[in-house]
Amino acid sequence: MTVSAAPAPLPVQPPNGCPFEPPTAFAALRTTEPISKVSLPDGSWAWLATRYGDIRAILGDPRFSSDTTVHGYPLSGMTGGAPNANRGFIRRDPPEHTRLRRMVTREFMVKRVEALRPGIQRLTDELCDAMERAEGHEQGGVDLVEALALPVPSLVISLLLGVPYDDHDVFQRLTGTLLSRTIPDDEREAARVELRDYLDRLVTAKEAAPGDDILGRLIVEQQRTGEITHDDVTAFAALLLIAGHETTANMIGLSALTLMRDPETAERLRQEPGLIRGAVEELLRYHSIIRNGPRRVATADVEIDGHLIRAGEGVVVAVASANRDERVFAEPDRLDVRRPNAQHHVAFGYGVHQCLGQALARVELQVVIATLLRRFPTMRPTVPVEEIPFRTDMTIYGCHALPVTW
Amino acid sequence: MKITLDTDKCCAAGQCVLIAPEVFDQRDEDGIVVLLDDAPPAEQHDAVREAAAICPAAAIEIQA
Ligand code: SF4
Repeated sequence: MTVSAAPAPLPVQPPNGCPFEPPTAFAALRTTEPISKVSLPDGSWAWLATRYGDIRAILGDPRFSSDTTVHGYPLSGMTGGAPNANRGFIRRDPPEHTRLRRMVTREFMVKRVEALRPGIQRLTDELCDAMERAEGHEQGGVDLVEALALPVPSLVISLLLGVPYDDHDVFQRLTGTLLSRTIPDDEREAARVELRDYLDRLVTAKEAAPGDDILGRLIVEQQRTGEITHDDVTAFAALLLIAGHETTANMIGLSALTLMRDPETAERLRQEPGLIRGAVEELLRYHSIIRNGPRRVATADVEIDGHLIRAGEGVVVAVASANRDERVFAEPDRLDVRRPNAQHHVAFGYGVHQCLGQALARVELQVVIATLLRRFPTMRPTVPVEEIPFRTDMTIYGCHALPVTW
Repeated sequence: MKITLDTDKCCAAGQCVLIAPEVFDQRDEDGIVVLLDDAPPAEQHDAVREAAAICPAAAIEIQA
């Protein structure tokens, strides 16, 4: 009898593979071993779920915990915060998760976000005007990430939270460091401390003079009534700021690049603007920028698809694989902006932790992509796709820079 | 078609509002789902079923 081989490492983006494809190992795993064991960077192991059905079952099951302080939670190779730091609601379970999340849910509800649409359009137009005026764009002097993809979500979330926009450089540097997989732990820790200190001062200032913004409302309605503490408000600020910054920015960059490489689809979207909503869902499905998660730990023995996952064992849920599952999406590797069930994707997760900011992300993506297509129909990258710096080193996938001309 | 909601489960993601805005809405105070029409006309049924299928919290239940 042979000893079974050690589990294979968690698949990450192949360095030379197609930048639009999730790790190639996922497709094989979905067929042969949809619930498999993988090894994590520190030598520990976790379960890896790669099929859509299993992934929805896990994310929808309260016996899988999001609490990073629960013994067995698979932290290794993950970024974004020490387990026992004040960790905000996404790393807690109900009922605490529910209590905290509900303090901010109304801020991101569909109606309120729709009311922001004209402002987001105006902001996008202004940034596009600035791009048109930028000198040297003929030589590829405009980086679309810096000129548009990052500033839109960054400005919007800063405004909603009540963070002075003048400080946005600080955030981009700090969040970039925090979410990197390659920056040494001590530098990441330093960035975390710096961001916490900044937000701590900001919340203190707002306690004295709360404005008409999310942090101001949290202070007046929840902190002053004793529901939450100063540190909780700071944790809200950190979570919403980071989550609102990087994810949408990377989706904008990847979507723009995809459409520049697919002129037929771009033209169809210009001809039929009504397709943009479906197109955004399909782009979310196709790109699935969270590349090695989310993650959970079992708090009871649970059977998933014939496998017994025991209490205390970790699970990595590959949403990027679920969104390419051929059992749910026909020809999953094809981008099809008319795909009838694109909105069934789990790019925002699933279950009670599903992305709180999804309505905002949708509006930002719809506005920015439609505006880019309309105003810069001849936009193209100035370097071959192999030379674009993809974020294979980051938790959230995307491109670091996207040099374009038109 | 008869719809029941479990508002305790709802996580206010608003997917139902996007898919079937004539049937679902969100409460102003906290974004929790509210039912505008608990027995919607036939032309809404597909959208309601879709909303129930997508709801991340399985908070929407349909009796045929
Ligand atoms: S989709 Fe579900 S969780 Fe989201 S608002 Fe509607 S009922 Fe609530």
